[in-house]
Amino acid sequence: MSTEAVEPASKIDLAAVGGGGGEIPQFDITLRVRRYNPEVSEEAEWEDFTLTMFGTDRVLDALHKVKWEHDGSLSFRRSCAHGICGSDAMRINGRNRLACKTLLKDLDTSKPITVEAIKGLPVEKDLIVDMEPFFQSYREIMPFLVSKGHEPSGERYQSPEDRERYDDTTKCILCAACTSSCPVFWTDGQYFGPAAIVNAHRFIFDSRDDAGDMRLEILNDKEGVWRCRTTFNCTEACPRGIQVTKAIAEVKQAVLARSM
Amino acid sequence: MATTTEFVPPRSGRIDKKYNRVPGKKGNFEMVAWLFMRISGLFLVVLIFGHLITNLLVGDGINGLDFGFVAGKWADPLWQFWDLAMLWLAMLHGTNGVRTIINDYADKDRTRFWLKMVLYFATVVIVVLGTLVIFTFDPCIPGSPLEVCN
Ligand code: HEM
Ligand code: SF4
Ligand code: FES
Repeated sequence: MSTEAVEPASKIDLAAVGGGGGEIPQFDITLRVRRYNPEVSEEAEWEDFTLTMFGTDRVLDALHKVKWEHDGSLSFRRSCAHGICGSDAMRINGRNRLACKTLLKDLDTSKPITVEAIKGLPVEKDLIVDMEPFFQSYREIMPFLVSKGHEPSGERYQSPEDRERYDDTTKCILCAACTSSCPVFWTDGQYFGPAAIVNAHRFIFDSRDDAGDMRLEILNDKEGVWRCRTTFNCTEACPRGIQVTKAIAEVKQAVLARSM
Repeated sequence: MATTTEFVPPRSGRIDKKYNRVPGKKGNFEMVAWLFMRISGLFLVVLIFGHLITNLLVGDGINGLDFGFVAGKWADPLWQFWDLAMLWLAMLHGTNGVRTIINDYADKDRTRFWLKMVLYFATVVIVVLGTLVIFTFDPCIPGSPLEVCN
């Protein structure tokens, strides 16, 4: 298993642009968006948009172009546009991705590019889902530092090794790409989901935290870590390259070790 | 250590009801089931390959496989125990595996319940019948040509 996702090879021949700020190549794409508006119809349907885009554009730029120049009613979330805020996770060509981190040139532009809302959460409109169930599970694992004893009079020190232990899971931006890529979550939305476990991992393995036991107890639930079937969809989906399945396995082991 | 388990999840009011989690039973059932799958899996590798090798490869191999061959094996307590362990482990392992699949793919609790009832019924029938056969097997059916029966 590779640790870092490899940059996909460009599927379009982009003429090498010199350092002189030469012209950016352009190409046409078909963006096929799953539209849903409960005020109009209970049925969702696909709508195609043909757009002329630049070689440097991302799926998010294509969505912007639709919204700003073709159909202002298209609804989606985005904020930072730079892979930091986690608002724009969506299913792009059937895979959970951030629209702002997916370059069009890396997709197969000879076919329509499909864009739909992430699965398993209630769709509110077009690409917008109700994230509340997702955040609810996140809150349940208590994603904050809990410490026993007196307030320290100075900083809480931690060795670089102790900090390294949970470094990977500090990178989560709560985009829900992982949880909404998990087939177990799709079935009935009861499973805590990878993101909640990742964020529990962040504190369980933090040497300064004292509530690891409580979090392990919460995740020992019948909807907790044991529902994970090691499908690896979550690891594949995570835009931050977090080894999500590995983190879940580590929490499983910690629950086991605690009960032994 | 177990003093901190009284925890009421802060479920908000406006959440779609189908996502609300029924507070699960306390206990380690799912953990034990998970562990059992791995441990029984390890034993099954040995049991199943041992079974396949003695039945299909050793001696006359598959051509030597007949009523008499099976009767001979079950006259030996080692093979009785081997097959019993294989039966019980494979059945419990397989049943728990299918239980997991039902939990993962059925989306209504009622469907889950009935599918599992059918599953458990089938398991009990097969395990009881299998155990009975291994221990009460009599190779001397009427007109048996086997030496032991004469
Ligand atoms: C050859 C030795 C075997 C090994 C090492 C093995 C190992 C495993 C393990 C570790 C799992 C758990 C997977 C998970 O939790 O995600 C599993 C699942 C399962 N096993 Fe086995 N097993 C073996 C033989 C069998 C046999 C003989 C049967 C049928 C009687 C069986 C039926 C199942 C089923 C139905 C599942 C559930 C499938 C799933 O969770 O995706 N296995 N096996
Ligand atoms: S673990 Fe990765 S995919 Fe899951 S919510 Fe965090 S950043 Fe998104
Ligand atoms: S818009 Fe902020 S992560 Fe994509």
